[in-house]
Amino acid sequence: MNFEQWNGFVDGEWRHIIDVRDFIQRNYTPYHGDDAFLSGATERTKNLTKKFYDLCEEEKKNGGVLDIDTENVSSLCSYAPGYLDKENELIVGVQTDAPLKRGVHPFGGIRMARDACKAYGYELSQKVEDYFKYRTTHNDGVFRIYTDEMRAARHCALLTGLPDAYGRGRIIGDYRRVALYGIDALIEKKKEDKRLLGLENATAESMNLLEELYKQIEFLGLLKEMGKMYGFDISRPASNAKEAIQWTYFGYLAANKEQNGAAMSFGRTSTFFDIYIERDIKAGILTEEEAQELIDDLVLKLRMCRHLRTPEYNELFGGDPMWITESVGGMGEDNRTLVTKTSFRMLNTLRTLGPAPEPNLTVLWSYRLPDGFKKFCAKLSIETDAIQYENDDLMRNDYGDDYAIACCVSAMKIGKQMQFFGARTNLAKLLLLTLNGGVDNVFGTKVGPQMEVMNDEVLDYDKVMERFRVYLSWLCRLYVNTMNTIHFMHDKYAYERTQLALHNTDVERLMAFGIAGLSVIADSLSAIKYAKVSPIIDEETGLIVDFKVEGDFPKFGNDDDRVDLISQNLIRDTITELRKTPTYRNAIHTLSVLTITSNVVYGKKTGATPDGRKKGEPFAPGANPMHNREVNGALASLNSVAKLSYCDARDGISNTFSIVPEALGNSIDDRAENLVSILNGYFLNNAHHINVNVLNRETLLKAYEHPEDYPNLTIRVSGYAVNFCKLSREQQKEVIMRTFHEAV
Amino acid sequence: MVTGRIHSFQSLGTADGPGVRAVVFMQGCPLRCACCHNPDTWNFKGGTEVTVEEIFSKIKRLKNYFGEDGGVTASGGEPLMQPDFVLELFKLCKANGISTAIDTSGSVLNDKIKEVLKLTDTVLLDYKYVTDELYKSKVGTEKSKVDEFLSYLNSQNIKTWIRQVIIKDLNNNENSVKTLKELKEKYQCIERIELLPFRKLCIEKYEKLGIPFPLAETPETSKKEIEELEKYL
Repeated sequence: MNFEQWNGFVDGEWRHIIDVRDFIQRNYTPYHGDDAFLSGATERTKNLTKKFYDLCEEEKKNGGVLDIDTENVSSLCSYAPGYLDKENELIVGVQTDAPLKRGVHPFGGIRMARDACKAYGYELSQKVEDYFKYRTTHNDGVFRIYTDEMRAARHCALLTGLPDAYGRGRIIGDYRRVALYGIDALIEKKKEDKRLLGLENATAESMNLLEELYKQIEFLGLLKEMGKMYGFDISRPASNAKEAIQWTYFGYLAANKEQNGAAMSFGRTSTFFDIYIERDIKAGILTEEEAQELIDDLVLKLRMCRHLRTPEYNELFGGDPMWITESVGGMGEDNRTLVTKTSFRMLNTLRTLGPAPEPNLTVLWSYRLPDGFKKFCAKLSIETDAIQYENDDLMRNDYGDDYAIACCVSAMKIGKQMQFFGARTNLAKLLLLTLNGGVDNVFGTKVGPQMEVMNDEVLDYDKVMERFRVYLSWLCRLYVNTMNTIHFMHDKYAYERTQLALHNTDVERLMAFGIAGLSVIADSLSAIKYAKVSPIIDEETGLIVDFKVEGDFPKFGNDDDRVDLISQNLIRDTITELRKTPTYRNAIHTLSVLTITSNVVYGKKTGATPDGRKKGEPFAPGANPMHNREVNGALASLNSVAKLSYCDARDGISNTFSIVPEALGNSIDDRAENLVSILNGYFLNNAHHINVNVLNRETLLKAYEHPEDYPNLTIRVSGYAVNFCKLSREQQKEVIMRTFHEAV
Repeated sequence: MVTGRIHSFQSLGTADGPGVRAVVFMQGCPLRCACCHNPDTWNFKGGTEVTVEEIFSKIKRLKNYFGEDGGVTASGGEPLMQPDFVLELFKLCKANGISTAIDTSGSVLNDKIKEVLKLTDTVLLDYKYVTDELYKSKVGTEKSKVDEFLSYLNSQNIKTWIRQVIIKDLNNNENSVKTLKELKEKYQCIERIELLPFRKLCIEKYEKLGIPFPLAETPETSKKEIEELEKYL
């Protein structure tokens, strides 16, 4: 391949095959300095931002949704172009014909689309209803073949949040390919892959892939059309920074027009863009101020993304997050840092545009990152509470140096791997199911092996564990089979044509399982082992509904191996059991310890637990220790979480950390330096992820009472950030209850 | 095995010495400072008995967080009232490349303590007042003892931070702060002087212990007052 748009780029493999990583490695300029070079927001940016915030205000007044196009099924070319401010926008493109107006995506499930319209006072058009009378959706497909047992486990919330009624998401197209190669070259490559595959025997597997390739090629054509509608010829590569950002964004926009995926992450684009920006700056056709404007405009577009979801969904996740995760920083396999000036520019949008939950800015941390960058990140964290950090040194081992984070903590090689998202199972509930011999004590559902209720006077740890393993083994097999069902049907009826067109044809698949309630079950087992736990039986049902706990026991979050090992083993046992059942399309089994904000709902649906947690009380989020059980301070708490092995939970281990500013030191400078030390230490101890909130509980209490005074208060929750005021009251209360590490 | 009595262990401290530090609060103190915010650390018989190894095993796991500046601080109570424990702890720290600090009133000095100080990278010296009268009435010791301690630190060239809690009507005046400044000019070992605001968060602790809080009527010192006084440093 040879294009004039590539003038000035260093030659390499990337010219002959699709290989964005190779392009980056040969052409990028690492940056070791500090943030002094950055520009602030220009008047143009400020005006545009104001327009955007005005629209958000209107959206809020309108009950959370500005407008819905109920006539069309959302797709790449189903709407006329839309603009926020056509004359002044540098990067263009919105999902429908107007900003913040939402489209409908019924392929995941028509009911979800219909209900969501209705909830906001709209009616799905007869045209769409009629069309889907004769179409099978993903949701239809799944429920056609769900077994009774799967339905029961789902009903009693043992398996929850399954992507069986909506788009699965957590797939990151390599949107950079659009910019580097242009659509025509990508189509040629896919056609060649299809031709070669056609030479093989026609098996069910190969024919399936052939049809997928057909769809991918079709949608690449639509993507080109979509570009044309906005006045751009994206059949060819991007020729400058502005085009590179625009082309890449078109790729992402097309994915959003096609899919209402649970998490629609953006990838790892900053350093890629930096190559174009550097080339333009050297050529004298771009200034620093203009470079920042381009990134600002891109980020503003990302902040404008909206999907139509039901209020219940939004209640579960706090607002309507899209997990537009952009991964920034990290180190290269050759030990050069992947931090560039555009890594700074990307994070700088938290200042130029103000703090916001999206895009979900994720810093890939290594203790070897340049000091200037580390300190800049820490300062921004303290200012905005909008950044999460993940351990690049851990992930690089498994995913190389061109991976990105999907959703909150899920790493994948960009364009080479995709994920089958699997929500999570509630392990605390599984323990209660174990003790009750296969009856859920909240819903009354009979599920799993049927045994006697363990109504021993005092619970015996070994006996409980022996039985728990039986239930865990049963559950894991059911979980894998349920996931296989869901993803088989998603591929069949809601295949992500655009996103997979921006992947290699021989994509590697990860099947991401998850667990919730880790600290609850770990502390519960610790109580059974180290204290005296007596079950309390409800006379009517004969089920255990509460526990009497006598004596103290070690609690997760205090760097105490006695209980930390229990947590570690629970994760190891779970992934080991999961691996015993084969996955759809030979996906690799992975596991996460992540709850998003659903820890509140999980708690609501789970009975009292032996750790002293009462029925209905929230769980701690992700892998967090239970609130206020940490007595040895912040670092001991971090150490407990750091002990959880990433090898066993390769889909991520989420920890949300809140600390009051004074506990980090006196001056702003001390605080930033101490936060850098804490992050270094945490990640050197092999921890995977941390959300950093530096704030006082009082601020949250004030925002709880007077949300109108805190319209943009952003906080990290579990793998992503939210606007505090968009959380439900219950979620707000739970966040306020969390441990705030204080000054000693 | 050397054992000691500790009040508590805090894995993250950023207010007691340079950088990120683990803080061991030792139990027991011979002084009865009017402004003390930890009356629960006074009683030598209180707290929990632990071995040096137990505490060190916790500290060792935090090493990666300490970075270049951080480390361990022995605070209290008066940590130097348990010099054997602190000595053994610091020996282990030093052998493992962890830097050490002591937060002390500087009211006792003996050979054992001198041994401890040999292994101490930073001394946080609570230089409570600049007059002997106040030391006698508000602390219960003589100022000369603290001066003796400080001049020993200087002779051994041990990095010292002078800390003083600023309390209304006692030491919130220009002269007092200027005297601290003179101290810094006199002793090369003093690297920094920290003025800390008097606060009353401890009032609950006093109530719980049934001990009257001598400064219950004194108002807290504001950040602004501290900044004003810092100008004289």
